[in-house]
Amino acid sequence: MPRMAITVDGVKYEEEVEPRLLLVHLLRERLGKTGTPVGCDTSNCGACTVMLDGKSVKSCSVLAVQADGCDVVTIEGLGANGSMHPMQQAFHEEHALQCGYCTPGMVMAAIDLLRDNPDPSEDAIREGLEGNLCRCTGYCNIVRAVRRGAQEMGQAVRTS
Amino acid sequence: MIPAQFDYVRAGSLGEAVQELAADEDAKVLAGGQSLLPLLRLRLAYPSKLVDVGRLPELTGVHDRGDHVFIGAMATHDEVLRSGVVNADCPLVAQATATVADPAVRHRGTFGGSLAHCDPAGDLPAVVLALEGVFVARSAEGEREIPAAEFFVDYLESALGPGEVLVGVRLPKLGAGWGYHYEKFHRTAQSWATVGVAAAVKRSNGAIEEARIGLTNMGPTPVRARVVETALRGMQMGDDVRRACEEAAAGTSPPSDLHAQPDYRRHLARVLTHRAILHAAGSP
Amino acid sequence: MTEVGKARKRKEDRRLLTGHTQWTDNLRQPGMLHVMFLRSPMAHARITRVDVSAARDLPGVVAAFGGQDFAAEQGSLPCAWPVSEDIVIPDHPPMAVSEVRYVGEAVACVVATDHYLAADALEAIEVDYEPLPAVLDMNEALAPDSPKVHEAGNQAYTVKITSGDVEAAFRDAPVVIDRTYIQQRLIPSAMEPRAVLAGTDGDSFTLWSSTQIPHVLRVMLAVVTGIPEHKIRVIAPDVGGGFGSKLQVTAEEVLCLLLTKRLGKPVKWTESRSEGNLTVHHGRDQIQHLRLAAEADGRIRGLQVELLADMGAYLMLVTPGIPMLGASMFNAIYKMDAYEFGCTGVFTTKMPTDAYRGAGRPEATYGIERVMDELAAELRLDPLEVRRRNWIKHDEFPYTTISGLTYDSGNYEAATDKAMALFGYDKLRAEQADRRDRGDPVQLGIGVSTFTEMCGLAPSRMLGAANYGAGGWEHGSVRMLPTGKVEVITGTSPHGQGHATAWSQITADALGVPFEDITVLHGDTAIAHKGMDTYGSRSLTVGGIAVLKACDKVKDKARKLASHLLECAPDDLEFAEGVFKVKGTDSQKTIQELAYAAFTAHDLPEGVEAGLDSDATFDPENYSFPHGTHLCAVEVDTETGMAKIRSYVAVDDVGAVVNPLIVEGQIHGGIAQGVAQALYEEAVYDSEGNLLTTTMADYLLPTAMDLPDFVTDRTETPATSNPLGAKGVGEAGTIASTPAVVNAIVDALRPRGIHDIQMPCTPERIWRALR
Repeated sequence: MPRMAITVDGVKYEEEVEPRLLLVHLLRERLGKTGTPVGCDTSNCGACTVMLDGKSVKSCSVLAVQADGCDVVTIEGLGANGSMHPMQQAFHEEHALQCGYCTPGMVMAAIDLLRDNPDPSEDAIREGLEGNLCRCTGYCNIVRAVRRGAQEMGQAVRTS
Repeated sequence: MIPAQFDYVRAGSLGEAVQELAADEDAKVLAGGQSLLPLLRLRLAYPSKLVDVGRLPELTGVHDRGDHVFIGAMATHDEVLRSGVVNADCPLVAQATATVADPAVRHRGTFGGSLAHCDPAGDLPAVVLALEGVFVARSAEGEREIPAAEFFVDYLESALGPGEVLVGVRLPKLGAGWGYHYEKFHRTAQSWATVGVAAAVKRSNGAIEEARIGLTNMGPTPVRARVVETALRGMQMGDDVRRACEEAAAGTSPPSDLHAQPDYRRHLARVLTHRAILHAAGSP
Repeated sequence: MTEVGKARKRKEDRRLLTGHTQWTDNLRQPGMLHVMFLRSPMAHARITRVDVSAARDLPGVVAAFGGQDFAAEQGSLPCAWPVSEDIVIPDHPPMAVSEVRYVGEAVACVVATDHYLAADALEAIEVDYEPLPAVLDMNEALAPDSPKVHEAGNQAYTVKITSGDVEAAFRDAPVVIDRTYIQQRLIPSAMEPRAVLAGTDGDSFTLWSSTQIPHVLRVMLAVVTGIPEHKIRVIAPDVGGGFGSKLQVTAEEVLCLLLTKRLGKPVKWTESRSEGNLTVHHGRDQIQHLRLAAEADGRIRGLQVELLADMGAYLMLVTPGIPMLGASMFNAIYKMDAYEFGCTGVFTTKMPTDAYRGAGRPEATYGIERVMDELAAELRLDPLEVRRRNWIKHDEFPYTTISGLTYDSGNYEAATDKAMALFGYDKLRAEQADRRDRGDPVQLGIGVSTFTEMCGLAPSRMLGAANYGAGGWEHGSVRMLPTGKVEVITGTSPHGQGHATAWSQITADALGVPFEDITVLHGDTAIAHKGMDTYGSRSLTVGGIAVLKACDKVKDKARKLASHLLECAPDDLEFAEGVFKVKGTDSQKTIQELAYAAFTAHDLPEGVEAGLDSDATFDPENYSFPHGTHLCAVEVDTETGMAKIRSYVAVDDVGAVVNPLIVEGQIHGGIAQGVAQALYEEAVYDSEGNLLTTTMADYLLPTAMDLPDFVTDRTETPATSNPLGAKGVGEAGTIASTPAVVNAIVDALRPRGIHDIQMPCTPERIWRALR
């Protein structure tokens, strides 16, 4: 079995994995990172979105071996010192989640879309989230949360 | 769902990849995996081995080669979108790439992977066909070039041989005077193109000097709307253009599926071709 | 302290936002095994052979079974709503034994140490089938020579309800509108796929399930499996959405329980999405025939409704009752002299249908709201004007409708006026006229939906009269802990609705304790020891009130204790902000102090037991009737047929509101699902009964790109059937929005002679209508 190294939420792991093991199953079942859920098998829903070397990916559509040597950040690795990341906080403030199942992926996709566009328009937000399905919110409050999160993150950058 | 078992090798070089593929006819190339992994998970494919070419330096990057742009097969959609030379010299590629799947998929999915997959509903095949790109492939026998017109053989079937790896695609810089547009029609943002039209139009003195039109999802392979291209040559913008586009579906054999019947796809091809031409010609 | 009415941010969020979740699939137990099910590829077939021996020999495989192996103990999945005398409830084995009746029905299973190995072993099972004819079309299924889904035939039941003189209403009616609409089959698509984990200590059993109904499930598991009820504990941990799809007693829940009983090990099953599209119960699927008789001025004389309702292959928990939830709703907010409702339930070889957000009421609302637009068009009246001429006026409440329900309150005028102003109704009508005049290829349509619905299931006596198998009460319990903190236990089972937050608000006001000092416990039959769970927009108007009643009982007990300790008569005490005070003195006890005194029990008055806690149930006297006016503007590209929503305004009246943030969220999500039915979603079977929409790539759910920002507002006409004055909100948006969107599309196309587009209104269907 291939041996691989991976850093997840700041912790280094070395694992022997079957080639077919999906990254999301490595995270959930080997490393106990159950914060990242699985919602489909065709990469449509985006619930499993994580950051792989700083970019959003759908961890159900990446083999663990493809992530050998990479750095992964999951929803569990956001925030610091017990406080939530500004985007997580913004989702809370704007009631941008109901059942919460799409939320980890939605938050990761939201953070990713700000990499290129720190002050996105409503249309840009909607486009940036097109790979993440939510069945509860109708997206209205998610869009508002991403706007708020972007503003908060912009503030954070300016004041740091 | 869970993929069936397979062996895996991460090729250290293009030569090694080619050897691995030649040695096992049931082996498959793994690029970004964004088309392949869903197929594996649904157990619609049972490769014996995946040869991972995702990190081969020979296949990566977007390169300005003077009269053409060379896009490495393993350049991700995201890299293509961010490439200055693509945006400057092959904007049609950038436009279409921006409509491929979603940002997360574009971070993993590769230019070469989606072309080699030969899905006629994919957005890039019609673009490369319209731009008359040249595919560069490597096998144990060496390197060969395959013109776009010969690359898309059938539904999910490329001209690549069993032991052959796509290295990249040469896209000619068409130069000044050309305008471009990719017009994609789909039911939701996530769904595949019902029909797509990739148009490149060169204008001189107000008239259309040359038009190239590639159609997405109008047959088992991407197709050129040759009749329209011919009719548009030398035409002034105006009602004649709309009439010329009425022939957009000529010679196509569009599929029937959940999202559309062939007659509707033919209709869409006409409407969307007209819109794409107007946009590409700069007078929507 | 007024917590009720405040836009409190949710208590639930932090856990969900940081990944500290307890989805069933996250759970693991020592020695846990994984089960996967082999599913029928045939819509209808006799099973002639199941051979699991090759699978059993594969690595990691602990056991493999076919249907015969469960035949003696698996029982039959329950149907709790025999709606008529003539109903046929066929045997429904959790695992098919001799015959399969839809693609996806479980025929065998593998239990392995790992789900990867289970998936491999599944492919080694051999099953032989002798094909039988598929039965797919409801009209054909009812023909005498149709192949049969079940021995007893394809008719599940018939119902006919008549009120008033229908014949007289239609006799010489100046206007008769006669329409047939298709309610397409939908796949509920909760984001969390189903999952079940069953474990045992050798004596009793615990079942974790992604369910909306842990309490109902426990009863039913006992009935189906014969395991005594007191030996079964059901836990609904974090549940990722339901929308009715997890209001079910599923084959997989029963089989996981039987497997853990048989193997003595914990057994987990997690559904894949493509498996779920096949086997999570579907929604809607009706053919509706409506006839409406009206006067020349638009006043309705009578309405006749005849439904064919696709049950699918079996009757599941409330399958036959779904159309019946619409039986009293076709007359909606309108006054009329006569009404007739008929429904025939039909068996087909498809996945059974059952509750999906709205359950029967969206279908009814769609039918009547579409027909009202047709009436308006026939009479060349504005669609809002024809509604105005028929609706119940605000000063006519309470009003007993032609179908026999008594609407306690409502103000359709106020909601409509507010919606029209927000929407810019007149301006959009002017733009529409302009586009029509210009022959613009992009036409504008305006859709109206003035809806009401019955929810808050439900008064137990009404459910009994409808032959439903259970009551509609709810349970709440409030206990003050020794330190003055509060635990609220509810029989509702939230899966996104924010009960922990809303029940805390109710409790904080009632007891005068801080919102932060309250924890809400739910979803575990060992903790919330009784309950009727969450569906039918019932949780607040029934469960929230039960919590309020439990708070009142705690307060009563605290008052007794306070009067004892403060040496005054109970009536001499005034209670405010959590403090009992002897009137006109400084003498007082806080409720926290009283909780501690009740805990130590050192000095209790006679007849008062230790502990400051209480149980209560609430059984409402009536349904609640939220209503509202939804307005939708749609742009239709007549060249491609693409319809795009330009603006959407919803003014809902859900009575008094506990948390406006949560209410708005429910409306948003509800609208999105109703819009999705209008434009995108449809479960499609081919001519052999194979589901074609098995993945999210084929079954199209709207993304953020496909929906507009919804403009929402409220009017507030309190319900009189509960002390909060609240009405249900969970389904309102879905019920209202579907006809608003389709009415808008048809409105755009009406000058072209079009008076209907079948849902989902795909570009292709619109294009074909325009040709």
